[in-house]
This record gives sequence, C-alpha cells and structure tokens, in this order.
Amino acid sequence: MSQPKSNKKPAIFFVAKAREPLFSKKNRALLKDPLDDNNPITVQVLGICSALAITVQLKPAIVMSLSVVAVMAASNVIVSILRNAIPNRIRIIVQLVVVASMVILVDQVLRAFAYDVSKQLSIFIGLIITNCIVMGRLEAFALGNGVWKSFLDGVGNAAGYGFMLILVAFFRELLGSGKLYGYQVIPDALYEMGYENNGLMLLSPMALITLGIIIWVQRARNRKLIEKN
Amino acid sequence: MDYVNLFVKSIFIENMIFAYFLGMCSYLAVSKTVKTAVGLGLAVIFVLSITVPINYLLDNYLLKPGAMTWLGAEYAEIDLSFLSFIMFIAVIASMVQLVEMIVEKFAPALYGALGIFLPLIAVNCAILGGSLFMQQKSFASIGESAVYGFGSGIGWLLAILAIAAIREKIAYSNVPAPLRGLGITFIITGLMAIGFMSFMGIKL
Repeated sequence: MSQPKSNKKPAIFFVAKAREPLFSKKNRALLKDPLDDNNPITVQVLGICSALAITVQLKPAIVMSLSVVAVMAASNVIVSILRNAIPNRIRIIVQLVVVASMVILVDQVLRAFAYDVSKQLSIFIGLIITNCIVMGRLEAFALGNGVWKSFLDGVGNAAGYGFMLILVAFFRELLGSGKLYGYQVIPDALYEMGYENNGLMLLSPMALITLGIIIWVQRARNRKLIEKN
Repeated sequence: MDYVNLFVKSIFIENMIFAYFLGMCSYLAVSKTVKTAVGLGLAVIFVLSITVPINYLLDNYLLKPGAMTWLGAEYAEIDLSFLSFIMFIAVIASMVQLVEMIVEKFAPALYGALGIFLPLIAVNCAILGGSLFMQQKSFASIGESAVYGFGSGIGWLLAILAIAAIREKIAYSNVPAPLRGLGITFIITGLMAIGFMSFMGIKL
C-alpha cells in the first residue's frame, strides 16, 4: 500500500466509471454470478444459519428472502458510502450497527404489515444480523467498491440466497404437505388412490438433506465446483 | 431440579445446530479437524454463558415494556424492546473482543489455529440466537438464563465435535465427486439431526 498506488486508484476508478454503462457486462455478472457459479449458500457456504429453519413453507421463505434482499442492498450501500470513513480496527462493530439498524427497520415493517408471517419467522428475522452472507459481502465487497456496484452485489447475493431458500421450501412444502404457498396442488384424486404426504419432509433435518441433494445436482451439472479433497 | 431440566433440554432437545441450525457457517467451516473444532466450541460455550445472562439483565431492566419502573413511576410506560437487536449485538461484539484478547494472550497456538473465526464468533448465529431465544422464553431468573446459555454452548460443542470426528474419517472414503466436501457434510448433519430428534420424546 504505497502512496502513489493509492493515489492512482481513484483516478482509474473515475475514468472507468464515467464510461461504464449502468448495466455493463461486469455489472450484470455481479448480479448473475451469485445465482449459480458463486451461490452464497451452495458455493461460498455463507448464511446457512437462518436459512433452513424457515423453509417448511414457501410463504415464510419468500418473506425471508425479500427481507434479506432489502437488508443486504441497504447495508451494502451504506457501508460502501462510509467505506473511506470507517477506521479499519472497528469496522466489524460499525458494520454490525449498520446491519442491525436495517434489520430493526425490516422487523418493524413486517410487524406492522404482515404480523402473522412475522410471528412465524420469530427470531429468524433478528438473526439476519448475524447472517454470514451480509457480513461476508460487506467485508469482501462493499468495503472496497463503489456504491452502485455494492448495491448490485448486495441484490445479487441476496437473490442467490433467496433462490436456494425458495427452492428448498418448494420441495419441502410440495412433498411434505402437498401444498404450494398454502394452496393445495396435489389433487384429491391422488390421495384417494393412496398417496400420502411425506411427513418427514416437514421435520427440520430434511432441510439439510434436501440442500445436500441440491448441492449434489448443482455440482454434477457444474463440474468446476467440485471440491478437491 | 428445574435447572437440571433446562440444562438437559438445552443440550439435547433444543440443540442449537440439530434443532435450529444456528451457527451453521462456522460449524461447516471449522469442522475439518477435531482440534480446531474443540477450540471454537469452547469459545462458543464461554461467550454464550456470559452474553446470555448479561442480555437477560439488559432485557429485564432496560428494554422490556415497563422494565424501567425501577427508575421511577414515570418511566413505567417506556418500551424500548425494538432496540433489543442492536443492544444484544453490541454486548456480544464487545464480549467476543474480550475473549479474543484472552485467547491471544494465554493460548497463542489456539489463536493461530482459529484464525479468522474468532472474530467471526460475533456473527455466529448461535450466540445471537441464544440471546433472542432467551428473550422469547422469558426466563424467571438470571440463573435460568445462565444455565440455558451454558447448556446451549455445550450442545453446540457436542455437535461440532461429532461432525469433525466424522469428517476426519470420511476423508478416507470414496464419496461421489460432486458430493464431496459440502454436500456430504450436509447430508451427514441431516442424519445426525434425525438421530437427535429421538431425544424429543423425553418429557422433562
């Protein structure tokens, strides 16, 4: 970190920024990568903590994903604006405060407008604060990049997270209770023929196993993600 | 007897990892060898059994609706519970800083081994989860909350110890390539969680 280097960097940034359209190829990659190649859950292994307990049904999973999108986009933007003002030593606490304030906002909004879902999610909204994706992306991206890029990165990663959440919830609700988003999709005729819901899918361990199988499918399809050992 | 019940319950029946999946990030990342897993587990026990009682006091004397009655009758109306996330996380972050300094001073080898994960305990969901569950369960006394924190920490240590031991062995098995690493760990954890569900039948 020599002096001339740090002097140069902003200049390059500025030139690049002036030319770059809002949705250039690079920026679109920021949005698209986390959906598959660099998915926060299946590849970066971040944010699994609060992800799995709420995937019994689609509705809480969708609400949770939207909350994470809101929190991540907002906190990425705020930290990116503040990135030159935050002293390095206390950055974790500053980040936690920013994220916690955003989560409080989301929590209060949910309590006001979607009380039953908010009850269902119980402590898991609060746990977005300690969701590793949020902190991980703040550390890895927002601290070193501009506002618009950080916003895209936040939305992209939160969407990748939400995609996995919704996928797991889809299978668990479909197989576990024969419903999707609370509406029955498996016809009564099938039940009369002897089909039964798989109650095991409703239990929490199946979230892990479902996710394990999703990872298996993803890596079999996308060979470069396979781990070495 | 109540304390014993709560203790056993928080270790086995409401295990942080197998019942609620809290603290999965560090659980997956640090469970490659038993040694580091034990270190992180001990740190989690320590931080949980300190932060949960402290947050209990904060919640009961500062944040809850009507908690500030001890200041005088005119404060009885105040409800600061919307601040609880930020208060809890501040307590946790400062406690983690303390643990980090202690470990660095007295066990430098462990400090080196844990590396980045020590500061990340601050964002370990199990720690904040412990405090939030404590708030939700509305314990009767500070003793109960301390026992709950300690028990949850032990449950977490137990879980990470078990998976680390299994992963050390599974390194020698022939797992299908796409399932290696993360995938098989998820499935094993799922199976272990099913095993732990058998504790749910225990009536305490």
